[in-house]
Amino acid sequence: MAVQSQTGSIVRPPPDPPGPLKWLRDNLFGSWLNSILTIFSGALLYFVLSGSLRWAVTQADWTPVTNFTLLYAVGQYPREEIWRVGAGLALIALMTGLSWGRWGRALSGIGLSMVVGFMVLAVLPAPGQITPAIRIFLAATAGLVGLGYWLGRQSWLPSSALGIGWSVTPVIALVLLAGFKQLSWLASVSTTAWGGLIVTFILSAGGILLSFPIGVALALGRRSTLPVVRLFSTIFIETVRGVPLITILFMFSFILGLFLPADARLDRLIRALLAMTLFSAAYMAENVRGGLQAISPGQIEASRAIGMSSTQTMIFIVLPQALRAVIPSIAGQFISLFKDTTLVVIVGINDLLGIGRSIINSDPAFIQHDLEVYLFVSLVYWVLSYLMSRASRRLETRLGVGVR
Amino acid sequence: METSPEIDVVKSPPFYRDERILRNIAQVVSAVLVIGLVVWAALNFFQAADARGLSLGFGFLDSPAGFPISDAAIDYDTSMPFSRAFLVGLISTLRVSVLGIIFATILGILIALAYLSPNWLLSKLALAFVEFHRNIPLLVLLFLWYFTVFREMPAVENATVLPGPIYLSQRGVYFTWPRLTESGTIFGVSIIAAILLAAVVNARLRRFRDLTGRGEWILPATLGILVAIPVLGWILSGGNPIRWDVPFLDGLNLRGGLRLSAEFMGLFVGLTLYTAAFISEVVRSGIQAVSRGQFEAAGALGLKTLQTLNLVVMPQALRVIIPPLISQYLNLTKNSSLALAIGYQDLFAIGKITINQAGRAVPVFILIMGTYLALSLITSAVLNWYNSRIQFVLH
Amino acid sequence: MSHKRLLNLLLLVVLALVAAACQTTEEPEASSADILARVLDRGRVVCGGRTDLVGFGYLDENGRNIGFDIDLCRAVAAALFNDPEAVEIVPITAADRGPSIQNAEVDLLTRNVTWTSSRDAQWGNFTIITFYDGQGFMVPADSGIETLDDLEGARVCVTSGTTTETNLATFYSSRGWELIDPFVSEETATVYSTYESGACDATTSDMSQLAAIRSGFANPDDHVILAQTISKEPLTAAVPHGDDVWFDVVKLVLFGLINAEEYGVTQANVEQMKSSGDPRIANLLGAGADWGYSDLGLEADAIANAIAAVGNYGEIYDRYLGPDGIAFTLPRNFNELWINGGLIYAPDLK
Repeated sequence: MAVQSQTGSIVRPPPDPPGPLKWLRDNLFGSWLNSILTIFSGALLYFVLSGSLRWAVTQADWTPVTNFTLLYAVGQYPREEIWRVGAGLALIALMTGLSWGRWGRALSGIGLSMVVGFMVLAVLPAPGQITPAIRIFLAATAGLVGLGYWLGRQSWLPSSALGIGWSVTPVIALVLLAGFKQLSWLASVSTTAWGGLIVTFILSAGGILLSFPIGVALALGRRSTLPVVRLFSTIFIETVRGVPLITILFMFSFILGLFLPADARLDRLIRALLAMTLFSAAYMAENVRGGLQAISPGQIEASRAIGMSSTQTMIFIVLPQALRAVIPSIAGQFISLFKDTTLVVIVGINDLLGIGRSIINSDPAFIQHDLEVYLFVSLVYWVLSYLMSRASRRLETRLGVGVR
Repeated sequence: METSPEIDVVKSPPFYRDERILRNIAQVVSAVLVIGLVVWAALNFFQAADARGLSLGFGFLDSPAGFPISDAAIDYDTSMPFSRAFLVGLISTLRVSVLGIIFATILGILIALAYLSPNWLLSKLALAFVEFHRNIPLLVLLFLWYFTVFREMPAVENATVLPGPIYLSQRGVYFTWPRLTESGTIFGVSIIAAILLAAVVNARLRRFRDLTGRGEWILPATLGILVAIPVLGWILSGGNPIRWDVPFLDGLNLRGGLRLSAEFMGLFVGLTLYTAAFISEVVRSGIQAVSRGQFEAAGALGLKTLQTLNLVVMPQALRVIIPPLISQYLNLTKNSSLALAIGYQDLFAIGKITINQAGRAVPVFILIMGTYLALSLITSAVLNWYNSRIQFVLH
Repeated sequence: MSHKRLLNLLLLVVLALVAAACQTTEEPEASSADILARVLDRGRVVCGGRTDLVGFGYLDENGRNIGFDIDLCRAVAAALFNDPEAVEIVPITAADRGPSIQNAEVDLLTRNVTWTSSRDAQWGNFTIITFYDGQGFMVPADSGIETLDDLEGARVCVTSGTTTETNLATFYSSRGWELIDPFVSEETATVYSTYESGACDATTSDMSQLAAIRSGFANPDDHVILAQTISKEPLTAAVPHGDDVWFDVVKLVLFGLINAEEYGVTQANVEQMKSSGDPRIANLLGAGADWGYSDLGLEADAIANAIAAVGNYGEIYDRYLGPDGIAFTLPRNFNELWINGGLIYAPDLK
């Protein structure tokens, strides 16, 4: 541990001669109990691995995965308009590269995996779906991450450019995807055609971004000295946290219409996004509240003493510190929201999992091979959320949160 | 005489800067906004309900449900009313949640200990388990568990038989299960009495230990009670209080024993393992939160490993563990609503069928959400009470 | 970055996202009373469909929504806009079928809906029966179950939340049998894979679906579909209440597809047939008398365009379900034309 290695004054006994045998003895066969545990775990590992491998090689048929790669990524998005998805992706790749170059280690995992991931996708054999143009584009996108990294390291690039870039990126990406009715080169593409990973990303990123301001407001509301505001905030937070996400999604999808004026109609994807947002906001509020509670009263007293109003104190003293303290828990919440987006399948939106199920049902022969599809889908989720949780842990270390 | 500037300050400020007035205005405005929104929605709803002839009442609960429910825990058939179907669903939710909580806790603690163990392989396996489960959506995991494990079991007539016997088949897992015989009531009562008495004696002796430091009687006394009273009950009930209900193959069906359906097992195992991964993280961080000095000090005092864990580490770790553990329990209960996707008929799944069959979306939704809310509030109230007790005892 | 700027940026992001969200919401549309006007104004027909029912509404490798039901939607679009791609197909779950036309969220529901009187009364206007189905049973070939009478005591796998489930319960109780421990799931795939793995003695669904599922089994010949049905499942296309003209447009386009098959007008020969001497054919294709298209605000060649786009009723059927269908093979039985002994029959367009 870091603490021990720093105590240089302690005189240690000379270490045993290192070697694989010693490592084995220390870590696996130190005592009879340890040896039994090792043998038991080894056997377990062997059976699981050999069983899975045998299945994957001999019995599995990966056609439902390999023949539909583009479908998993973009769903029904019109193939002639696919460049728009690509443009949005390229923009995000560039921004990730820039941020990696500028903000460093916390993002290196995500940046590197993007480079490697795009390169792998570019050369992966997937018949029919991935055209040479898409392959070249994927390779170029990997290059864009690298270009962004290089740019980000340059000192002439102001840091504010990054902030501005990140704030316009989602807008540009959304506008590209949705298009305009009047523009022939950027025709409107209805959200019913969006699917696969695009929808997963939009729901999770949109949900977390939109829930942030609502969550902060609710957290402040719950700690407010105004009883009415406190009451409403508390009721909202506790109700939403007390019921499963699936009930909220279901309510927004099927019942919300009854509570709106007869002619009002909300896009299905937006209804789902609203449900995810409100659900996430309640949890966000509790996270932020944790951050608010961590601010020492001395800070508030000091700012009042120098003549700041309570609003000024909140905006300039309390919130900045509180929000900084909760960035890691917000990252954690983002990951769980990312996983929770799978539930939109139940209300008929084709996210990554939904597309997987549609593919299973698109050919009677695929019903035998649903396991392959589910495994592939889990692999995608696993890789993405593992990368994000690693990045958030590094961010935590970098910010020094939780260090006592 | 000239007016001093201080007097101006003392004068009450204009109303738009008077904090008391502003506060009241803020409250009124927020109240009007929220209540206005609710009223607006309600008016829209009544209009829509009127236009489409939707009924709001709960009267439909008494009419026959008409749909079958698999794996009902209580007596149910299609001629019974919707309210009965709801009750079946609620019991199913409770059953999987309570069992899930118990097993996830035990497993979570074991995995946390495995992770902290000096055995490299075991520790890495525990890490792999946790990382696997934490990064995959529960819905996908449930599909995986259900399809790869419980659906792939052999058909009933060639069910795998484990010692016990326990039959593993596609229709579920059949356990050999002890059931009390007619004369076994005394034995059953004696077991409950033994547990209660043991708990009381144990608590008393612990308090005695805290006061005097003498704790050597705790274990023998507790175990003694737990063994002696049931043995007495066994003798009093004439020596055969238990009948082993052994499952057997009857034509195309397995009969007898305790049957847990494949759908239940899929949900239960998936949910338990998923939550266990999170609980193990909670437990691990709780144990790691106890500073190393505490272990060393306990060692220096001559405490053995188990004593160190029991007397020094756990009491401190529990304070860190309990609050996040509560939210994991609540998560498990709420996550059990994903049962819908793999065919276990819990509260939400039955509610959804009711909406399709009876067409009364709003009352059914009020019922479902109200029930989940009540479950969450009761669970968190009970656990928070326990938590406050733990924290209190230690301060 | 200073905290103030960070906050400002976050605010900017939020505002921008809200703006973008508003951009993607649908423009305010006319109320459900003028669906035809709304459709014409939009230039697209919004249909409720499926992406997960092979043969009827599913996805091809390029993510294009295809299937029997979807082609009916495309036919209507082609009749209005001479473009079978002028459609937007919203995936509708079973629970969402009613609300989707009650709220007029879709213009046309071409997704398997069994026509029942209460649904007709509550949901919208049901046009014509597009497909005659019935609930049947599939059993393993070696199970010894040959007729419905042998089903007593069998464990049945069934999809929940549909009429299938209640029909099953009604069937068992009408015979005085007890329905022992049925396997019930929302997921169609789950139901059939459970059945195939042997956990049930029988599975029940509409005949069309049983045929689809059977063709996907590893060994289709190990399973038989019992000949008798326990219910009538007339599947229909539905439109929202409130616009009679739109109701008529959809109905007559569908009639047109049926008549085209009867008269031998196909996707391939529709252009030559316009000059046919048969007045029925000339009328149908807009080369003869007005069959009412001008009153409905349609072009004379509306039906001809629909046929050119997707073919006649029989061609649509065969494309997916015929002997060389791309989905699976299902004998037409009731869905044969009336002149061939089936129930498919349409008034002439004249």
